Amino acid sequence: MRDASLPMLRQRPAEPSLTVLPPRSSSHLGRHLQLAIAATIAIVLVTVALFPSLFAPFDPNAISLSDTLKPPSPEHWFGTDQLGRDLLSRVIHGASISLFVAFCAVGLAGIFGALLGITAGYLGGAFDSVAMRLTDIQLALPAVILALVLVGAIGFSLFNLILVLSLANWARFARVTRAEALTLRTRDFVLLAKLAGASRIRIILSHIVPNVANTFIVLATLDVGIIIILEATLSFLGLGVQPPTPSWGAMIADGRGYLETAWWICGIPGVVLMLTVLSANLLGDALRDWLSPTLTRAW
Amino acid sequence: MISYILRRMGQSAVTVLLVTMIIFLIIRLIGDPTHLMLPPEATEADRELLRHQMGLDKPLLVQYGMYLLNLLQGNLGISYRFAQPAFDVVMGALGPTLLLTASALGFGIVLGVPLGVISAVNRDGWVDQFAKVFAVMGQAAPPFLFSLLFIRLFSIELSWLPTSGYGSISNLILPALALGWYSAAGIMRLTRSSMMEVLDSEYIKLARIKGVPQRTIVYRHALRNALLPVITFISLQFGVLMGGAVSVEFIFAWPGVGRLILESISNLDYTMVQAAVTIGALIFTTVNLAVDIIYAYVDPRIRYA
Amino acid sequence: METILEAKNLTTVLRGRAGVITAVDNVSLQVKAGRALALVGESGSGKSMTCLSMLGLLPSNGRLAAGEVLFKGRDLARMNRKQLEKIRGREIGMILQDAMTSLNPLFTIGEQVGEVFKIHQGIRDKATLRRKCIEVLEKVKIPAAEERLDSYPFQFSGGMRQRVSIAINVALSPELLICDEPTTALDVTVQLQILGLLRELQQQHNMAIVFVTHDLHLASQFCDDVAIMYAGRVVESGPIADVFRSPAHPYTVGLLKALPSLDTYSERLTAIPGQQPSLTRLPQGCRFEPRCPHATDACRRQYPDWFEWGDERRAACWRTEDMLTGRLDPRAGVAVPVQQGASR
Repeated sequence: MRDASLPMLRQRPAEPSLTVLPPRSSSHLGRHLQLAIAATIAIVLVTVALFPSLFAPFDPNAISLSDTLKPPSPEHWFGTDQLGRDLLSRVIHGASISLFVAFCAVGLAGIFGALLGITAGYLGGAFDSVAMRLTDIQLALPAVILALVLVGAIGFSLFNLILVLSLANWARFARVTRAEALTLRTRDFVLLAKLAGASRIRIILSHIVPNVANTFIVLATLDVGIIIILEATLSFLGLGVQPPTPSWGAMIADGRGYLETAWWICGIPGVVLMLTVLSANLLGDALRDWLSPTLTRAW
Repeated sequence: MISYILRRMGQSAVTVLLVTMIIFLIIRLIGDPTHLMLPPEATEADRELLRHQMGLDKPLLVQYGMYLLNLLQGNLGISYRFAQPAFDVVMGALGPTLLLTASALGFGIVLGVPLGVISAVNRDGWVDQFAKVFAVMGQAAPPFLFSLLFIRLFSIELSWLPTSGYGSISNLILPALALGWYSAAGIMRLTRSSMMEVLDSEYIKLARIKGVPQRTIVYRHALRNALLPVITFISLQFGVLMGGAVSVEFIFAWPGVGRLILESISNLDYTMVQAAVTIGALIFTTVNLAVDIIYAYVDPRIRYA
Repeated sequence: METILEAKNLTTVLRGRAGVITAVDNVSLQVKAGRALALVGESGSGKSMTCLSMLGLLPSNGRLAAGEVLFKGRDLARMNRKQLEKIRGREIGMILQDAMTSLNPLFTIGEQVGEVFKIHQGIRDKATLRRKCIEVLEKVKIPAAEERLDSYPFQFSGGMRQRVSIAINVALSPELLICDEPTTALDVTVQLQILGLLRELQQQHNMAIVFVTHDLHLASQFCDDVAIMYAGRVVESGPIADVFRSPAHPYTVGLLKALPSLDTYSERLTAIPGQQPSLTRLPQGCRFEPRCPHATDACRRQYPDWFEWGDERRAACWRTEDMLTGRLDPRAGVAVPVQQGASR
């Protein structure tokens, strides 16, 4: 279209875009540093826990009555306890036990809880109601108390301990995965699969589960810390890992009488415990930010 | 709202019923309690007699029915160790535990909510940094560890507070703090993230458009909305605190239900364990129910649904 | 005609997951008293951000990096919070896009509407507040206003909530009202009602309006001027009838061509091929170049200068001159539905 009356055309350069500075790095750097520290701690712990005999300088149960209550020294990095046992070796073996128990318990609780939750969320109806009542029962009892009673009832073996820890913990997985399955149930790709004639099991396994996986991973990682704390509490109270198997909780209980005189018997396992749980929590947080940012931060 | 409340009450009743059943079954799992109640010289015939007297030879369902009946009348059996009705013993221990958990929860709220709000409003400020460290530490250790730490620091090193015992405020401080730190951490984190979410919402934007002063926006418009999930969280924390109370009561020689359960398990006094755990679960369920009702009242979307 | 709002070189940055982006890049706008400016663009073009930036309402991950926002001569960007709080709600209002979430779920309608009077006019007396609320709710044609005062937002439909939002904003007869896609989230029939309401209110109070939309039809019916945004920048602006009759930027042409028209029969809607560039990786030259049928090498190398002519017309395109002198025919014969801008 010809514009006959072309009034004076003025030309001027466009304003240049602002060069944008990278984000105020403090919080980002802090976050990355946290993650790096947590990951390092986790890697060290897992490595040491996998090969405890390799890393422990002494036999954790070797009693040496001439070396009791020695503070940390070049010979015994973590000192010795009231029976002269090397604390470093005990902590290392304790790590092995605690991590083993924790991973097994989380795995067991997680898988059972997730299967129940996903199926309940997807199928709905009577199955869902029953499943929800079951979770209500578990949630109505504080984990520690439930675990105590169960251990009191079925005995002290390591397997029993793992079982008990799982029984006291699975409901949280069930609830969260159920909620996810509920929202996924109405999504288009699920409806399409139904229309295509896929069986319910197939839909659950190939469509729902992969999408719930992210949340599950985050929850499981955060749960490791919780289980480690629960196991330590039980061991501290004498109802967890039984001697002579070393465990952090039991070590702390042993050291309680020496709180004033030989604080390292309590303190060092305590610090290691905190660092372990800390790194699990930080890793879980980082995973959540990466995989499932909508998961409420409370859990 | 009425229908909601009724529904919730029905749910709670069912839950409590099922819980009593589960506890009953677990205790029965342990085996024959008559072994403990008779001297070792007792014959098998004596045992049979005792079993019959206690109704232990009846089918499990009948036993459970009898148990339930007794429960409703407040009869939870006789503690074999205390030689008193279990119900009375538990009631006696309930007060101290409630005091401890309430104090811990109170500490958690009083510290957690303001910290969470300030952190959310002044993101990356020094309060935020401090609160983050506080929260991270609080969720990294069990209450028993904090208890020992506090004892070492405040009782042994500084001699400010007693190491154990029950009776005065100074006895309450260390246990309540040790127990409550974990809850404070969780409450703080939830308040913070909830607040952050609310502050970025559209209705807060509209409030700003209206020209509402910032203070009013934070404390009137935002806080109310942000606290809704915190209310639910707090009711859940009560259960966590009851669990944590076991080790804290143990360490501080606090005469509560937690310590009672622990001792009873060690003493094989299963009637007591059953009684204590049942009452504990009942209280927890009631607290949850009460909080849900409060929540329903506070949120108009449920109140007038 | 008096310019009531002038934004100069407004630049806003957002901190996102992928990095920092410039959501609003040197945007300059003028709004004249009593007239309506349409702010047109695709999602992500920066139009909503521009409005939020002007009022200091950016989300927590955004900040105003540069520019001035002159409202009746005073720079909003340099004011402190208290000064802004005085102006917002009383002299400037803004209607948000999502009506369903723009009201606080925990407060009654009466409380939320009455708050404007409380804050800006210091009225505390309950009876007076109720009376004023009812007045303003009736103005936006909400039936049974008195009973509604004690209702909660969840009891209202989307259209009603938007009316309440409008009521809150016009309660004190502001001189400028920003409408951020006020009808996009509503049914078509409700859309027309809300627009009619807005037009009425504008005439009654002689308000200036900034009307953010991606709907050109709506814009041409409702507004006097238009500014077209793309990838964070304004690419063309001027009186709307003029711009739509003789567009001078290929993007504008593309938008107009993509409108289904009742006048001509075409077998396919002509969509603009491609997508807006990601704001994290912007090209050095013209941002529309990859999708532009008339692009040259110069377009890729350097960002276009501003070309200004006539009655406040301007466009940022190297081919503008060619289009205006007829050397380049921007359209290939598709009739463009043009309506007269809102006349008053």
